[in-house]
Amino acid sequence: MSDVRLAEAAHAVPAHHEEIGFWRTYVFSTDHKMIGRQFYFLGLVMLIIGGFLAMMMRWQLAWPETAVPGLSWVSEPTLYEGIIPPQTYNMLFTMHATIMIFFVIMPIMVGGFGNFLIPLMIGARDMAFPLLNMLSFWLGLVAGVVMLASFFVAGGAAASGWTAYAPLSAKAVFTGVDWGQNLWIISLIILGLSSLMGAINYITTIVNMRAPGMTYFRMPLVIWSLFVTAILLLLALPVLTAALAMLLFDRTLGTSFFLPEGGGKPLLWQHLFWFFGHPEVYILVLPAMGVTSDILSVFSRKPIFGYRAMAFSMISIAFLSWIVWGHHMFISGMNPYLGTAFMMTTMIIAIPSAIKTFNWLGTLWGGSIRFTTPMLFALGFVSAFVIGGLSGIVMASTPVDIFIHDTYYIVAHFHYVVAGIIFAMFAAIYFWFPKMFGRMMNETWGKIHFFLTFIFFNAVFFPMHFLGIAGHMRRIYNPLQYEFLQSLQPINVFITVSAFLLALSQIIFVVNFFYGLFAAKKVGNNPWQANTLDWSVPSPPSHGNFDALPTVFRGPYEYSSPEVTEDFLPQDRRLATDPTTV
Amino acid sequence: MLRWLPENVSTFGAEIDSLLYLTYYITGAVFILVTVLMVLFLVMFRHREGRRAVYSHGNTTLEIIWTVIPAIILLVLAFMSVSTWTKVKANAPPSDFNLQVTAKQFNWEILYPGPDGKFGTPDDFKVDNEMHVPVNKVVRIILKSKDVIHSFFLPNLRLKQDAVPGMEILVWFEATKTGKYELPCAELCGFGHSGMLGWLYVDTPEDYEKWVKENLSQS
Repeated sequence: MSDVRLAEAAHAVPAHHEEIGFWRTYVFSTDHKMIGRQFYFLGLVMLIIGGFLAMMMRWQLAWPETAVPGLSWVSEPTLYEGIIPPQTYNMLFTMHATIMIFFVIMPIMVGGFGNFLIPLMIGARDMAFPLLNMLSFWLGLVAGVVMLASFFVAGGAAASGWTAYAPLSAKAVFTGVDWGQNLWIISLIILGLSSLMGAINYITTIVNMRAPGMTYFRMPLVIWSLFVTAILLLLALPVLTAALAMLLFDRTLGTSFFLPEGGGKPLLWQHLFWFFGHPEVYILVLPAMGVTSDILSVFSRKPIFGYRAMAFSMISIAFLSWIVWGHHMFISGMNPYLGTAFMMTTMIIAIPSAIKTFNWLGTLWGGSIRFTTPMLFALGFVSAFVIGGLSGIVMASTPVDIFIHDTYYIVAHFHYVVAGIIFAMFAAIYFWFPKMFGRMMNETWGKIHFFLTFIFFNAVFFPMHFLGIAGHMRRIYNPLQYEFLQSLQPINVFITVSAFLLALSQIIFVVNFFYGLFAAKKVGNNPWQANTLDWSVPSPPSHGNFDALPTVFRGPYEYSSPEVTEDFLPQDRRLATDPTTV
Repeated sequence: MLRWLPENVSTFGAEIDSLLYLTYYITGAVFILVTVLMVLFLVMFRHREGRRAVYSHGNTTLEIIWTVIPAIILLVLAFMSVSTWTKVKANAPPSDFNLQVTAKQFNWEILYPGPDGKFGTPDDFKVDNEMHVPVNKVVRIILKSKDVIHSFFLPNLRLKQDAVPGMEILVWFEATKTGKYELPCAELCGFGHSGMLGWLYVDTPEDYEKWVKENLSQS
């Protein structure tokens, strides 16, 4: 019932809004599309910073304790005439992970594309709570500023890993980092609030504001993925926020939640962190899966294979993600019988992921495949996800994990999954660029960008499996300190050179991006001939999105339908056989 | 890829390695299958003028097949892992050779019970970062930490266990070959984490006795 009322109320909103000034259009905007773009630009800027931190780490790993070129001006104790000290190295990997996870993937995929796409794709004029949406962005920005500020306080930024295992993170004396770690905690608490606001908004909007005829099972899979992600965010983030507050109390107020000398338990932190942290992995990867599903269908000109199985596999991944966290803790000192139980659940969660992969292949089968830039990147995501998923099975086996835990095998695995999301992110950027900015990025340079990124991505992360199998520990500052790692140094050099080339390849993207923003040719409503509602409105869509709210007659993937001569059939196009109302 | 594995010198290491080989070959085969199919489909079904994509929403039978087969393989893998895991982590065999290892920033303190075989007596002796054990002998270690979490890692013995402050964790191994093996810390433990390194010396019983005598006379 409330569905109908809200949809009617939305119908009553006038299509043309009053003129609003610069500040309310671009800065304190309540328009979901502008807020989406704000998150998106925040993420892209942070991507450059996070990437730069990774390049510094790679320098140290290939040529340990030599001066990083061009950085001799950085003052001590951060660098010593350009040489990275161990303490700074620990800050680099801590902040690289924190920034990439919380300030790149989440803002771009969830904050950016989530905001931009949800109302457009379900046929709504805006989010359910536009003001809350604006607040969500501004809190996110404050969190980002606080996080970056932590580099500049005495003692430097957090250096206890993004997992911040207590007691290392719980007492300043253990790392020598004081306010850096406190600001890290505060920033993530603020960001948690920001994400919570977004999650509530997404869920409310999707439940209540779908256009007439847009049933749950006519929603594009990217909307399904964002819906499931929002539910995970809503349930997972309070756990992290509570754990972070306890950690802050241990650090500043003298409590002992995680400190054994006061009766606390170090493992409690790990349980709380990973109870949030494993759903978090799916918060990151589900939107990437959704984007990939949509793009594969569009450019195969073919319905997605097994739509309902795709939606249900995301739902089951979400459920299962709550009962697998212990696989991060097999060797933590947790009861070994608990480890066995977590191994079972972890094996089970691989099943819905396998279903998704096979259904993507099924979508390609019989298609009429167009190798556009977004399609190439979506295929790149599938390929990376296959490798990341399969290596996950290897480490799910508890005895095998005894050896490969905390080695570069793990680093390879989670970069194939989490850094692999960058392929889906680029797919989404290239695919929705015309809708977001009204112009088309250059396709040829887009494809060159794809091939270079794909080659160097694999050249960086695939050899890390070899390092891991050889026992190379993660988070070590200088591999040459260990005899058994000496012979592996050429691999480290190879990875570093590939990483630099991967970074340089992104210059093509940056140039193409700015060319696309300002100089490329303008496009019409539907340059890709896609079916979803976002392509039925002008590029970029005006304030309020739709002149009249659309009515939806069919699912989102009716490509090559025999009902029409062209190979696509938009969701809101009424055929003679369709009912006049829904 | 597996040729990079360090040499195994523990009794249970071969079981761990064989599970690693098994999962590696299964996942490797799936990787090749998926990649070949993907490339094949991309070539076969590339866009050509005049050909329209197949209008199909899926095939339930196929979906059931590719749900059930992976499920069976995964569960079999899980069940195959249980016995090795329980053997290494839950069922330490009895032994009269006991040690205590206490991790601290950034050293391993190895405590020997001395000739009376009991800890907490005056003949205990402590060595930093150097652990001597006899070959072919079950070694039981109580693992502790003084400050933060460390991880006791013996790559050649396929053994890793976090040392957690406030906990006493029992680990065990039996080395099958004499030699000198590295004992790095595998869990980030602060600025000196990299380079926190001990050595395990697996000695013949005679060499081991000799070493014990030298250390006892020093302490």
